[in-house]
Amino acid sequence: MQAFTTVTGTVAPLNRGDVDTDQIIPKQYLKTIHRTGLKEGLFADWRSRPDGSPDPDFFSNQPRYQDAPILLTGENFGCGSSREHAPWALLDYGIRCILAPSFADIFYNNCFQNGILPVVLTLPEIQTLFDRTASHDRYQVTIDLAQQVVVLPEGERYAFTVDPFRKDCMIKGLDGIGLTLQHETAISVYESRRVQEAPWLFQDLSSRTSA
Amino acid sequence: MGSQTLFEKIWNQHVVREEPDGTTLLYIDRHLIHEVTSPQAFEGLRLAGRQPRRPQAALAVPDHNVPTTDRTQGIADPMSALQISTLEHNCTEFGITYYGMEDVRQGIVHIIGPEQGFTLPGMTIVCGDSHTSTHGAFGALAFGVGTSEVEHVLATQCLVQKRPKTMEIRVEGNLPDYCSSKDVILAIIGRIGIGGGIGYVVEYTGSVIRSFSMESRMTLCNMSIEAGARAGLVSPDESTVAYVKGRPLSPQGDLFERAKQDWLKLRTDPGAQFDQVVELRGEDISPQVTWGTNPGMVTDVNGHIPDPAVMDDDKLRAATERALEYMGLPAGIPICDIQIDRVFIGSCTNSRIEDLRMAAKYVRGKHVAASVKAMVVPGSGLIKLQAEEEGLDRVFREAGFEWREPGCSMCLAMNADVLTPGERCASTSNRNFEGRQGKGGRTHLVSPAMAAAAAVEGHFVDIRNWDV
Repeated sequence: MQAFTTVTGTVAPLNRGDVDTDQIIPKQYLKTIHRTGLKEGLFADWRSRPDGSPDPDFFSNQPRYQDAPILLTGENFGCGSSREHAPWALLDYGIRCILAPSFADIFYNNCFQNGILPVVLTLPEIQTLFDRTASHDRYQVTIDLAQQVVVLPEGERYAFTVDPFRKDCMIKGLDGIGLTLQHETAISVYESRRVQEAPWLFQDLSSRTSA
Repeated sequence: MGSQTLFEKIWNQHVVREEPDGTTLLYIDRHLIHEVTSPQAFEGLRLAGRQPRRPQAALAVPDHNVPTTDRTQGIADPMSALQISTLEHNCTEFGITYYGMEDVRQGIVHIIGPEQGFTLPGMTIVCGDSHTSTHGAFGALAFGVGTSEVEHVLATQCLVQKRPKTMEIRVEGNLPDYCSSKDVILAIIGRIGIGGGIGYVVEYTGSVIRSFSMESRMTLCNMSIEAGARAGLVSPDESTVAYVKGRPLSPQGDLFERAKQDWLKLRTDPGAQFDQVVELRGEDISPQVTWGTNPGMVTDVNGHIPDPAVMDDDKLRAATERALEYMGLPAGIPICDIQIDRVFIGSCTNSRIEDLRMAAKYVRGKHVAASVKAMVVPGSGLIKLQAEEEGLDRVFREAGFEWREPGCSMCLAMNADVLTPGERCASTSNRNFEGRQGKGGRTHLVSPAMAAAAAVEGHFVDIRNWDV
């Protein structure tokens, strides 16, 4: 996973609330057995007009946002299905950071698995950012994870919270599974205790699952 | 220890270790797997040279891509076929139990877990699927995860989690008999919104909830995610014990008796505090119909499409206008004026035997309207068999429904069961997002009874007055 320390770049606006993961990546793109190459499915239904031609107003079709690493959006971003294909598609497009008033829980967790930083800001802060992106051709901000702050070119500094553990993993680009396996002894100790307390949780089901 | 909620008891029992900031390594007892969210996880294991820590703790089944028509002919879509064969090969390679399409035990992952006795009270259960919340009906802490976390659970049998907040949703009083748990959960989502549960595990309490059968509780918990909740819970009771007893993978004999003692202690202590409490009355609930493009855009069957023109809130007005444009619905019209083209009775929300019996009750001796194409997709091969033994398939076929093979089907239309653009569907599934059932497709979420009645009349029906 690519480490995340600071990101400076253009903010691409998607001024809608409750954007669900069916919109971020429609179901036909879930048939892949790979993690990469999903950029083509990103907002596939929203970025086209009914006749199939690209909608020039949709952010991902605009030349000025082609290299935008930051997405600005509304509340409850990423609601609905748990499909991790949603952050994969965003990452494939180049998004490294998402700014929103709130995120759906599963999507929020999935971002951290992929080195995408989801940043919760207040509604007034989000509104200011929408106003600024609308009045600039390319509005650029800096997100500093170590400082936990979004820095605007006009000088405002928007602080955000993030779990210390997740922050550390993001900054160092750590492999979550490798970290957990460092606690293998604790896992074994837990299992030894639990198999006594609740043996039905550890039954060998193999004799009962054959057809 | 003090008074604890059910959630706290289950959570505390599963803590392997805790970081100073509260980040917890949580043990996962059971892991359900399907073909869409697992290929990259198994590939990750393979690349890292890792094996599943406890293959026995997992159970896999194909459900999202499977055809609901004759499967002996194979799968026409090569990508769907590849995804399913990839799951099968992964399970063989890594020693995980797999119930394939040719196995009668195959079905939708959240149907078969409980059906097989794989889902038990007090467990932590995950799956790469948001409707994992379904298993909370058993007093299990069950939630959806992404593919990276699927890989994490396979490799370590644990997940790194932050403790969520707790919400009690209490439903007291009496639910009218034409309403079901589907109407209750839709009413709840209508009340608290699709983001109302973000950051919370919900426990459902109250006399209405307690009166629900296990299948009804599963429908309720299934849609907890649609309120944004991390998970939903109903504490176990004698209904739970009776349901679990004797299932293929349930504990047996003395072990069952011992487990039962533990399970019946799994309840919220008197005086335990929740971070938030929401209360509803059963008698205030009527059959629900979603009109918009998320489950929170819902109203009573005898209600009307809202009118954005009278909304003061700019955001709400814009969202409503957008939804009504997508759904092709004029503001203000009665719900019962909405004509439908398709009916889908199925999905992990409502495809169990009680759902099929309820729908059959509403169509027995009647016929699907000439303008409607309707189908029933049982949740598993075993449910399909049982329905056939009860003659329900004949009732549906004689009424003009298609009787299909088990799978997720038109809930999300990854297989061939798809709405064409503009088609309007009365669906017993769980999501009405834009394009969910097919690009340009228009989904209205309802209960099995409401879907059945709509199939017959060709439009939504106030079943309170309908002659069953």
